Amino acid sequence: MSPFMGYFMLGSAFLIIVSMALMLARLLGGPTLYDRLLAVNSFGTKTVLFLCVFCFIIGRPDGVDIALLYALMNFIGTIAVLKFFNYQALDVGLMRGNNSERGGRS
Amino acid sequence: MSGIMTAASEPSFVVPVLLLDISLLALLVVVAFAIVRMRSLFAIVMLQGVYSLVSAAWFVSLDAVDVAFTEAAVGAGVSTVLMLSAMLLADRKSTPVPMRRQLGALTVVIIAGAAMLYAVGDMPAFGDPNSPANSYVGMDFMAKTAEEIKIPNVVTAVLASYRGYDTFGEVVVIFSAGLGVLLLLGLNGNAGRWEAKPNGQVIKDRTAPSASQADAPQSDQPEMEAST
Repeated sequence: MSPFMGYFMLGSAFLIIVSMALMLARLLGGPTLYDRLLAVNSFGTKTVLFLCVFCFIIGRPDGVDIALLYALMNFIGTIAVLKFFNYQALDVGLMRGNNSERGGRS
Repeated sequence: MSGIMTAASEPSFVVPVLLLDISLLALLVVVAFAIVRMRSLFAIVMLQGVYSLVSAAWFVSLDAVDVAFTEAAVGAGVSTVLMLSAMLLADRKSTPVPMRRQLGALTVVIIAGAAMLYAVGDMPAFGDPNSPANSYVGMDFMAKTAEEIKIPNVVTAVLASYRGYDTFGEVVVIFSAGLGVLLLLGLNGNAGRWEAKPNGQVIKDRTAPSASQADAPQSDQPEMEAST
């Protein structure tokens, strides 16, 4: 890793942390729950990016696997919250039409 | 620290990585205070997911990759779903607790934190070759795992082979705990509602004899009834 590349990755890591702080501000002060949901989702994406950069900074590129796991977990959490909003239950299929008898509140 | 700096062949980033760690920890502190101060339980569940993500990133920077895996899977994934399904059964808002009832908990927390800070002084230095983890049987495991078990990862070998029965017991405990939680929560949305047909007579949760008893004034838990 050339020194320029190292400093470039360090700078991007710090900028990602700054954007995480911005997302946190929106998450704390967001007027509606949808603002907060969007902030959490974006925060998770920032975490994935930070992990990718950080693994290369400390010289362990296999940490990218963890970043992949984070992306999946972030998706699961967001889907769970959205289902909670829409149906007030978690045992609902993702496809429309499977759950017509349940009468979702959409 | 200078030894570490010169030992690395490529440009070493000890101080900047330390700064990254500190900023991650600062984010953790902000999130933790927000969790304590907020009243909307939705926002608290989301903030717990954020807390878990940030702490897992910090675990990666501490080189504890397996702990980070567990934290991401349990903290950000499973516990968000479990908290939400618990909120299906309970209130959406938490009411403020009066100050005099918080003093006991505050005292316990301060004492526990002071004890932990006191114990930090007894910890061995980072990478100390004479620390207990590096001087007793740990080195035997490191040396013999490759020929005895033939698993490249020593942590996996210890967990799954040397301490296999211990791990099996842990798995049984976790399985029964998860089963109990699923039975309590009722993820299909039917928790708290039940129906039985003994001798052709239909008994539901509303018409059961226990429901009328719970409505009686001598019941000491009226809030349980209101939540169903």
